[in-house]
Amino acid sequence: MDDRTHRAARRIEGRSAAPGIALGPLVCLASVKHDARPCGSAAEEHQALVDALAASKADLGVLAREAGEADAEAILSFQIALLEDDHLAAPAFALIASGEAANQAWSAAIDPEIASYDGADDPYFRARASDLRDLRDRVLRHLAGETDQVVPAGTIVAADDMPPSMFLATDWQDGGLVLRRGSPSSHVAILARSRGVPMVVGVDVDRLENGRDALLDGGAGLLVVDPDTDMRATYCLRRAEQSQVRQAVASFSGPALTATGELVRVMINVTGLAELNDLDPAHVDGIGLMRTEFLFQGREKLPTEEEQYQIYKRMVEWAAGRPVTIRTLDAGGDKPIAGLTQPGDLNPFLGVRGVRLSLRHLDVFREQLRALARAAVAGNLKVMIPMVTVPEELDQCRALLEQAVEDLRREGREAQMPPLGMMVEVPAAALTIEDFKADFFSIGSNDLIQYVAAASRDEPQLADLARPSRAVFGLIGHVVKYADGAGRETSLCGDLAGEPAQVAALLDQGLRTFSVAPGALGPVKAAIARYAGSAA
Amino acid sequence: MNKVRASVLMRHEVGLHARPSVKLTKLAKAFESRIDLGLSPDGPWVDAKSIVKVMATKAPKDSTIYFRAEGTDAKDALDALVTLVDGDFQDGR
Repeated sequence: MDDRTHRAARRIEGRSAAPGIALGPLVCLASVKHDARPCGSAAEEHQALVDALAASKADLGVLAREAGEADAEAILSFQIALLEDDHLAAPAFALIASGEAANQAWSAAIDPEIASYDGADDPYFRARASDLRDLRDRVLRHLAGETDQVVPAGTIVAADDMPPSMFLATDWQDGGLVLRRGSPSSHVAILARSRGVPMVVGVDVDRLENGRDALLDGGAGLLVVDPDTDMRATYCLRRAEQSQVRQAVASFSGPALTATGELVRVMINVTGLAELNDLDPAHVDGIGLMRTEFLFQGREKLPTEEEQYQIYKRMVEWAAGRPVTIRTLDAGGDKPIAGLTQPGDLNPFLGVRGVRLSLRHLDVFREQLRALARAAVAGNLKVMIPMVTVPEELDQCRALLEQAVEDLRREGREAQMPPLGMMVEVPAAALTIEDFKADFFSIGSNDLIQYVAAASRDEPQLADLARPSRAVFGLIGHVVKYADGAGRETSLCGDLAGEPAQVAALLDQGLRTFSVAPGALGPVKAAIARYAGSAA
Repeated sequence: MNKVRASVLMRHEVGLHARPSVKLTKLAKAFESRIDLGLSPDGPWVDAKSIVKVMATKAPKDSTIYFRAEGTDAKDALDALVTLVDGDFQDGR
């Protein structure tokens, strides 16, 4: 059975930094050594550094132009500004004049700068040390005559760490990334998620061998070296599904109609602007759920009112008149945010999360509501409150939002009161839906299912219980029926809406607005098109 | 040559960090005058056209930024810089 040409598959667990599947050979990047270069005369060394600085600036200029994305651009424009500043290299040129080699002079000049950022109290300034290191190494590579390490497409890259500039310079088509260092909140992880590159961190990369076959499951945080035939086949299939689904989005345009010609609205769930880049707003009926948690995660400071405003405004502009439903911060539960959520929560899913957290951090909540009230002027924006359990919570939110509008107007800023709706994910809210003064409802099926069944969706042994049961569909039907009668809209934005096999059952309950991950648009619209009316 | 001074309260959430510093130094470079930046009315002063120096002040939120400029366009320069800082660096572009 064990024929010697095949090694046993080796599973290596790390931490998920970006989801997705990649299959391909491992490419292990060695740490670069830059000291192997002969030292010339002072004039030659001077010229060598001048050239290396110019070449580095040219690299970064090209990267910044290609990157386009706001995040990437901001990271690179700082490095470019540093290079344009004569103060940075001045000590290096002084050292060269006194006989030092260009590479040593450059390191000697920039290392104290790096050390000063490393020692900063403020985490934001501390994080800039990595930008300076990235810049130092780029110049050293040019001095040593090394070009950027070029990684062939379709490989799984393993390295100790990777600077953002290298990530941006790499063709990640069908590839993946494995790092020892870094975290899910590092700059590179943010870029990987927005570009759909599977990425896992916390892997002992020294034990990996160049060229070995591997598969990477970014979502599971799993690297498998020398996968066996069955594993390969499974993952090939999953990857094919992934790309099929991604293509289906592009191909399935136009409104969603059932087989009997009834119009169903299909909107998308997003976490930020990056996902909208490749998507034509004409293919969707709006944004049914914008999860603002992502704006708060993966960064050292909470986003300001102005930053949030700009993002919300651009979403509304992208949607060009279609509705954009923005959910206020839904932190807690499985989505902790440093400095905001309570680390010691005994039972996080039943703890201080969603609106419960926002109402206990009014400073953060008010900034978000102000940003939303301002962005509401730009188009069809709606505000949605997560984890509402009793009517008083929603009333409080409404009062705060009204207050925000009033304050802004008094300050002479444009603001507008947007429609205010709620997530229906707590069974208590679903059962007493008529008590809530919400302008619209959106059913959060993931939480609703686990709260109805008292079974965690993250517990594999309970997968049979944490399912869309008759009890769940009963509650959904109850909410839709009440909302229809009251002339209010109900959508469903949980994973359930994106499962083609469940589409008919949801339509049976009267649901006519779905909000799904962009990847599920095609399959869900196809399932709607097959629906010929209630089976009952 | 005229000498001008100005000061402005910086409210930017994370202080004088990378993006604001890039904007500030770029704007300063657009003027011919010599422009210095400090965190107190008596300095120490750093070159407001140098991102290395400006970032090194690590000015936190709610710092008052002091400028002094000397040159033909000194007044215009400080007006522009104060407007930039006061407008929160038009963050988010």
